[in-house]
Amino acid sequence: MRRFLFAAAAPVGALVVTLIITSIALILFGSNPLEAYGDMISHASKLETQVDILNRATPYYLSAIAAAIGFRMNLFNIGVEGQYLFALLIAAQVGSLVALPQVFHILLIMTVAMAVGAAYAGIAGVLKVTRGVNEVISTIMLNSIAISGLIALLQQRWQADQENFTSTTLGTNPIDESGLMPNINGLLEIFTRDIGQGKELTGVLLIAILVGVAYHLLLTRMRFGFDLRASGLNPFAARAGGVPPKQMIVAAMCLSGAVAGLIGMVELADTGKFSPNPIKGLGFGGIAVALLGRNHPGGMVLSALLFAFLDVSSGILQNTEAATKEIVNIMQGIVLLVAVVAYGVTKRIQTREEARATAEALRATEPAEVVA
Amino acid sequence: MKWLQDQPAWIRWPIYALLGILLLTVVQSVSDTERLTATPTSREMLRWAVPIFLAGLGGLFSERAGVVNIGLEGMLILGMWFGAWGSIEYGPWIGLAIGMAGGAIGGALHAIATVTFGVDHIISGVAINILAPAITRYLSDEIWASPTTSPSTESVGDWDVPFLAGGTIFGWESPDILLTIDKWEWWFVSDVATLLRGLLRGTHWVAIIAILLVPATSWLLWRTRFGLRLRIAGENPSAGAAQGIDIVRYKYVAVIISGALAGLGGAFISTELSGLFQGGNSAGRGFIGLAALIFGNWRPGGVLIGALLFGYVFGLDLKDLDGTASHALLLVNTIVLVGVAAWAITRKRKADAILATILGALAFIWWVAAEAVPNWWSNILPYVLVLLVLVFFAQRLRMPAALGQPFRKGDT
Repeated sequence: MRRFLFAAAAPVGALVVTLIITSIALILFGSNPLEAYGDMISHASKLETQVDILNRATPYYLSAIAAAIGFRMNLFNIGVEGQYLFALLIAAQVGSLVALPQVFHILLIMTVAMAVGAAYAGIAGVLKVTRGVNEVISTIMLNSIAISGLIALLQQRWQADQENFTSTTLGTNPIDESGLMPNINGLLEIFTRDIGQGKELTGVLLIAILVGVAYHLLLTRMRFGFDLRASGLNPFAARAGGVPPKQMIVAAMCLSGAVAGLIGMVELADTGKFSPNPIKGLGFGGIAVALLGRNHPGGMVLSALLFAFLDVSSGILQNTEAATKEIVNIMQGIVLLVAVVAYGVTKRIQTREEARATAEALRATEPAEVVA
Repeated sequence: MKWLQDQPAWIRWPIYALLGILLLTVVQSVSDTERLTATPTSREMLRWAVPIFLAGLGGLFSERAGVVNIGLEGMLILGMWFGAWGSIEYGPWIGLAIGMAGGAIGGALHAIATVTFGVDHIISGVAINILAPAITRYLSDEIWASPTTSPSTESVGDWDVPFLAGGTIFGWESPDILLTIDKWEWWFVSDVATLLRGLLRGTHWVAIIAILLVPATSWLLWRTRFGLRLRIAGENPSAGAAQGIDIVRYKYVAVIISGALAGLGGAFISTELSGLFQGGNSAGRGFIGLAALIFGNWRPGGVLIGALLFGYVFGLDLKDLDGTASHALLLVNTIVLVGVAAWAITRKRKADAILATILGALAFIWWVAAEAVPNWWSNILPYVLVLLVLVFFAQRLRMPAALGQPFRKGDT
């Protein structure tokens, strides 16, 4: 119970501080914070909005797990952004070239996406272990190389209709219906009413849940996950314990990239092609979600939902004009910064308490030795 | 080579620069481009290099005090916005100062998180990089009714150096010596003059300030008590604390200076280069500044060289619409990689030599096979260059000993 309170205090506190700061920001520019928050909450209580939130939380969650796999062993994969966009492009192109039965078609597309993500992230891992290149810098550079170089090139080359550039023909060749992940509206409608407004709950949500469970099992039940955490906590001790540090780095980067490859599947299921302007920022957002959720499979669910809720709320703020819609981005940024500070503080308090508890326990058991 | 290494820096670096220009001239004589040593290229190089350098110098202050600052990009973005806002409200010079203050606020946030609360430096930096664009979007939308663009700003302007580049003194137009030499069209000599002229004509005041910051920083960090203490905070904070130095204060000061310098770089982008604030205009130059810092081995002169190198590639790309100059650059890459391979052989570094030879061969094959290189290649070349530099030199660098480690008062 005490542990739970400790874990919950920091994020709840961070949320409160964020609300205070954003309220001040809103008041400064003449908006009524209560009105804005009210609009956001009443909007989010609609079923259709909740579908939107889940659709956005799904890629955030996948992106967060991709980042968290790295964080767990002190590897900073800042390149999730480039990895998922590149994987999305290749997967969309490969998917459009083949016609297969539905299950195999979808599996093929997902496998390609994961392989591309893993390979691209793997470059940073290999550079780190063979040449000592810091992965933070290399993944940032690989982001730029992917986005302004490789994607720009291949997008041109794979443009579906080379002559007519209308908004419907822009992008890669559309994937056959069999390659698109079906929506799972039916699953949700068992519990609630029919979903209106043509909203579709993405089927990738189920994949994200599976990935979350797999991540949990990996860290708590599997040898590889234990090695991963050990390398993160103390690489020297892990090495002495027989964990090969170099292989672990490359493996963790590849695994992180493979999960990153899945992020784009949500958009692919929706549009069926690589559109000229895919949703960007999910990679950086995922890093934030992972940090806010403390790399915990459950914690990241909550933070992904929070970030998705804020993203979706920007639309309603624009409609009701209760506040500038950009305030939601501020809220995301502030809640992240305040939360990482709050985690730092609770960690210190926890360490101090543990030290005190240990000292007391020692005093109770071995009084003679202390005197001697 | 040995003789060269014994010379003081002010002799050594100009010679290196001349050797670099010689290489460009040689390559240019066998290819059909004149842009490698053209005046617009070097002007564009300086324009790109200044923000990269200022961000890198900001990183230098922070990392010399032991705080990794990946939030430079965010601080640069804050500087972009606040610089533009200040310039619109109070005029260009005050605008630059406000831009610095904006960056310094980002630095202060980073210092509070990392120094006071012991947050992991990279995590805090990532948080600032996410927060900063959000803040600028919100403020832009509230103040200029558009999340990404501001009205046009006023610039502090530029200056032509008299005599060398034909600047005016009290209304009298001095001769343009470099232009004269340029017109002689002597091999190499005129190329040096043209490149130099790009740096000395229409030179932004901020660029001049930035260049002056190199000796200023060297003096401040290596010749004063303040600098010694700041570097102790990055090398061995416990030893410094034992001597009675307030390590926490020095780290704070360093990180805030770091943010201010990145902010100045950002203000330069918005007020001097684009003439308005535009979201996304930072183009990752904060990150590239970090790469320049690593390339420059955590030394001010090295950061400047790194920034100019990356700036050259960016600037050339901007002026090279048909891809012929970037094509010629492939040959430069080949020669440099062969040089790296030769260097690696003398140092008995087999892996380096093999890798450099393979990459050099690839660049050469491409150079032979193609007439011009496509657009996408020149777009990513700067980033590839950063990676290549790190691949070959990352292990030879020496970063501050206590970089990235948390420090708490009373710890030993």
